[in-house]
Amino acid sequence: MIGMLGNAFLIALREIRRNLTRAFLTVLGVVIGVSAVITMVTLGEGTTEAVKAQISNLGSNLLMLRPGAGFGPRSGGAGVPLFTEDDVEALRDQVPGIAAIAPVRNTMMSTIYLQEARNTSITGSTIDFFSINKWSIESGRFFDERDLLNASAVCVIGTTVRKELFGGQDPIGEKIRIGKASIEVIGVLKSKGQAGMGDQDDTIVLPLTTLQRRLGGRTSSRDISQISISAEDGTDSDFLIGEITSLMRQRRNLQANQDNNFFVFDTRQIAETLSSSTRTMTALLSAVAGVSLLVGGIGIMNIMLVSVTERTREIGIRLAIGGTAREVLLQFLVEAVTLSCVGGVMGILLAYGLCTVLSSVIQVPFTFNFQINLLAFVFSAVVGVVFGFAPARRAARLDPIEALRHE
Amino acid sequence: MKTADGNPSLISIRGLTKTYGHGSMAFQALKGIDLSIRRGEFVAIMGPSGSGKSTLMNLLGCLDRCTSGSYQYDGIAVESLDSVALSLLRRHALGFVFQGFNLLARTSALENVELPLLYRGYPRAKRRTMAREALALVGLPDKERNTPAEMSGGQQQRVAIARAIVTDPSTLLADEPTGNLDSVTTQEIMELIKGLNEKRGITVLMVTHEDEVAHYAKRIVHVKDGLIEKDHVKLDHSEGSSQ
Repeated sequence: MIGMLGNAFLIALREIRRNLTRAFLTVLGVVIGVSAVITMVTLGEGTTEAVKAQISNLGSNLLMLRPGAGFGPRSGGAGVPLFTEDDVEALRDQVPGIAAIAPVRNTMMSTIYLQEARNTSITGSTIDFFSINKWSIESGRFFDERDLLNASAVCVIGTTVRKELFGGQDPIGEKIRIGKASIEVIGVLKSKGQAGMGDQDDTIVLPLTTLQRRLGGRTSSRDISQISISAEDGTDSDFLIGEITSLMRQRRNLQANQDNNFFVFDTRQIAETLSSSTRTMTALLSAVAGVSLLVGGIGIMNIMLVSVTERTREIGIRLAIGGTAREVLLQFLVEAVTLSCVGGVMGILLAYGLCTVLSSVIQVPFTFNFQINLLAFVFSAVVGVVFGFAPARRAARLDPIEALRHE
Repeated sequence: MKTADGNPSLISIRGLTKTYGHGSMAFQALKGIDLSIRRGEFVAIMGPSGSGKSTLMNLLGCLDRCTSGSYQYDGIAVESLDSVALSLLRRHALGFVFQGFNLLARTSALENVELPLLYRGYPRAKRRTMAREALALVGLPDKERNTPAEMSGGQQQRVAIARAIVTDPSTLLADEPTGNLDSVTTQEIMELIKGLNEKRGITVLMVTHEDEVAHYAKRIVHVKDGLIEKDHVKLDHSEGSSQ
């Protein structure tokens, strides 16, 4: 049996060698199909991973209270009142299950250091802001209670800001101009990386009081654009959202027939929504790629059928000179398996190349999924064997004479 | 081992019939053939088209199975063999030459000739040596790298003959071996086959409808309507071949 298999392998390889064009076309279908499936799934999973990583960077159990009716064009609007620092105090005192809460005031301002200038997102908040949003310090320090109390002219910057304004220079202790004020850099935040929602590291955080008093523009106490809340472990976020909502409705004097003019985001919900949509996207792309794999398979079948006339005569010759039907079939089986396995391996290698290039282009991590490689490989092998072998099987059932006469 | 005379029959068939199809569509191609062929004979099977000569050839060549009757090849009851045993019998005892050459396309002459040896599982060096010897024997020692497309019909048929005899078969079956060749090439091929029969003692069974070709044989069997019409040994064989 081993000898017979070795023999069939030898004959099959010879057959492949003398029909290189046919072999190439056969393999091509499998290569494209396999590489498409693997690339799609790999990039899809990379995207999902990236989204998950971003969400976890935002902080877990994080609730964000914002004015307006949610994301989208109607959010924000001119007529929607912001929050006050009293709102923050009320929430802290009256809603159970809040671990930390921080008022946030966001604005865009031009920042200048020596010759370098850029528009950067400026956040004014309190100390809890860092823990709620899972920021950690790379160098220097966070601002503290005293800075907050004194409205010290200090700030903490993200790594993008450091890179853009300071290049390789150590920014700690340097003064940058934000709007009309000169602010000292006291710390650099550890990078959170690129995110779908933009570069999280392109940010400057300073004490809320500093933003209010030194950078100006304060027209009322209702100047808090967002309240960030982290829930205590084990707190049901739906319950918490309910509590926050009823308190805020009361504080904003909303009547029973009025809609909320604020909105509570739950990062976990966002995470679930985002990862489920990337999963859907991945599934969709995989389905498309699967179709291309199928088309590749049909291509193989097509090529095999087209060459069946020649192959039928070949089978007749082989049978006449003493090959048994089993040996001839084994040869065709080995041929089909060899071609589709070669195609499968080439497809995997091609997918590797594509993923490496694409993942750096679209900035998504490269996740090697052994299962999908195996699945695509096995599928290609099965497709190749089924489509390559079936016509040969039909031909080998013929009498040698019939096969020889086949025109 | 292959002397022509005095040996018992190599091939012995009795009451051989072959029916194609079933019921009212049935067609009896052979209606009861009795034939004995000894080792070393050169037999031409002649007959008009539809006479059953090709059917007889296919049965003799173990490519097809008879409907009834018995067929002994070298003491083996061929009619009782399964398809695997038939293949093995073809592999070890028979060589085929066809009208249409039936070489593998895009494959060198040497590899075509090697093909039967592959199924015998011979090592590469042995295959090469034997195939080269066979090509030399048919007068194509310098064509081993050529593919069928690069050779004339006569050369292709020589390669086919080399492929048929490379395994040193006891019987060479030739189905209209010169049917696609011009008269000059026909002579060359027939001289080659005759030489194989005379010098190497290979039993040759040949189907033809041309008298000139049949004259190379020592014995001519005429088939008509599924029966043997005439079976005669030629006495003036040497004259016939010189035509």
